[in-house]
Amino acid sequence: MSRRRDNYETSRWLRFKKWVDGETDPLSSGMDAIPVVTEGQMRERRKNLALRKAYDEELTRLSAEHADKTEIMKARGIRNFQKFYKVMSVILCLAIISVLLWTIAALPVTGGADNPANNEVAARYIEKGLQETGAVNIVTGMILDYRAFDTFGESCVLFIASCCVLVLLRLDADSKNDNIKKMIAESDDRHFEPKDDIILQKCACVLVPVIMIFGIYIVLNGHLSPGGGFSGGAVLGSGLILYLNAYGYKKMSRLFTEKVYRRTTLCALTFYCLAKSYSFFTGANHLESGIPTGTPGAILSSGLILPLNICVGLVVACTMYAFYTLFRKGGM
Amino acid sequence: MIQHLSLNIEETVAVILFGVGFTILLLHRNLIKKIMGMNIMDTATYLFLASKGYITGRAVPIVVDGVQEVSAYINPVPSGLVLTGIVVSVSTTALMLSLTIRLYERYHSLDLDEILILAKEEEQT
Amino acid sequence: MRLFECILLLCLIVCAVSVAFTRDLLTSIIIFMSYSLLMCLIWMILQSPDLAITEAAVGAGVTSILFFLTLKKIRAIRKEEQNEQEEG
Repeated sequence: MSRRRDNYETSRWLRFKKWVDGETDPLSSGMDAIPVVTEGQMRERRKNLALRKAYDEELTRLSAEHADKTEIMKARGIRNFQKFYKVMSVILCLAIISVLLWTIAALPVTGGADNPANNEVAARYIEKGLQETGAVNIVTGMILDYRAFDTFGESCVLFIASCCVLVLLRLDADSKNDNIKKMIAESDDRHFEPKDDIILQKCACVLVPVIMIFGIYIVLNGHLSPGGGFSGGAVLGSGLILYLNAYGYKKMSRLFTEKVYRRTTLCALTFYCLAKSYSFFTGANHLESGIPTGTPGAILSSGLILPLNICVGLVVACTMYAFYTLFRKGGM
Repeated sequence: MIQHLSLNIEETVAVILFGVGFTILLLHRNLIKKIMGMNIMDTATYLFLASKGYITGRAVPIVVDGVQEVSAYINPVPSGLVLTGIVVSVSTTALMLSLTIRLYERYHSLDLDEILILAKEEEQT
Repeated sequence: MRLFECILLLCLIVCAVSVAFTRDLLTSIIIFMSYSLLMCLIWMILQSPDLAITEAAVGAGVTSILFFLTLKKIRAIRKEEQNEQEEG
């Protein structure tokens, strides 16, 4: 016979059952409305904190003399704790470094050809990579063909990160709320900068096309030379940022708006997903994919790698530009 | 041991950088410095990985003149891993920096201890 | 080449330590940028130009821009606060 619980009303099982039955929301009992702290109260608190800091310093000076004992003990306790924390963290770091160094002393020498890291996987990539993927650059062939699933996940990580930054920093431009309007006006810091800076504009006029062409070159030649979607996309994004800094948001909005950002990212990710799904499907079922690998070394070769590189480049460029504008003024 | 460490100099430096980054992460109270320490830890890990794939006297894994022997090129696997890692580290940095901006707007401080005290007071009221 | 690599690795450690000991945030961001550029050279020596080009564009470029922007934003907030205090 099991012991009867006397606090059944508050038990988790009952709450769970109620939640399953849809009687009550379990969050309603656990969540209190967080009291809204106004800006004035916050300022008051900060002032208090500053005062307390001054008081603490006063105490440390007075501790040599004889002041109120309990207060001094308290302050000394906090200071002792801070000292203890610092010493402990230094000891912890030194311990980690020494343990890792000790491990490294047992590792094989760097640069040896027989190290266990250089196993048959790498050998296979090098020996068969050119025939199977058609990419001259083996690293690109690896990350966009053999291990394209990782790269897809990584593009999604980039997209999710830019979404999180959007959630954290975005200010709604169409909002009716006066507070938000005020925040938008405050965060637009271009008022304080010189507008139409002639030197910056002339430099940007020369540099932006060169940077853009270089970025496109890196993206398109990802399978032939060092580079690829990530680096080329970052170069393209920085070109956009330079253009924005020189000419302002108004001119930029003709070229690149939030709508363009959303559509480009979505299309690139969807195309990536579909193309790789197709090649995974054919690969897993040993079917002919029907995508020619072309002659190695030509720009239109290596099957799906070139379009995938372009997709990754577009996602990276858009994300970098989105980071910049969101940090700058909370919107595109 | 010292002699072996001098042979494995890249790994040794990577471990030291990891320790420096970890120390910054623990001891600095400024949030931006903490993020920098985190980035240093990131790059230290990448350096360790990249040095694992390096083989003395061999070339970049880009096929030249149709030579496809294993003895000609370095290991391409760590390069691919690090390449994805670098871009992910940028996105995490951006996320952390935007959180820092939000915290500063709320508490007007970059000092983590002050932020914690203010947040606790907010909870108590 | 080996000596050059050792010098670069030493500079890397010096940069990382000086990031920790610089008081000014702007200075430490610029030191961090140079740390990324040194890393880019080391990757060129370790025979991975893919990593070098990505690090130069992403690590030294975009990350430093984001740090600069954060600093600028924080200084702007501080300035607003001072203005309000002077008015009030």
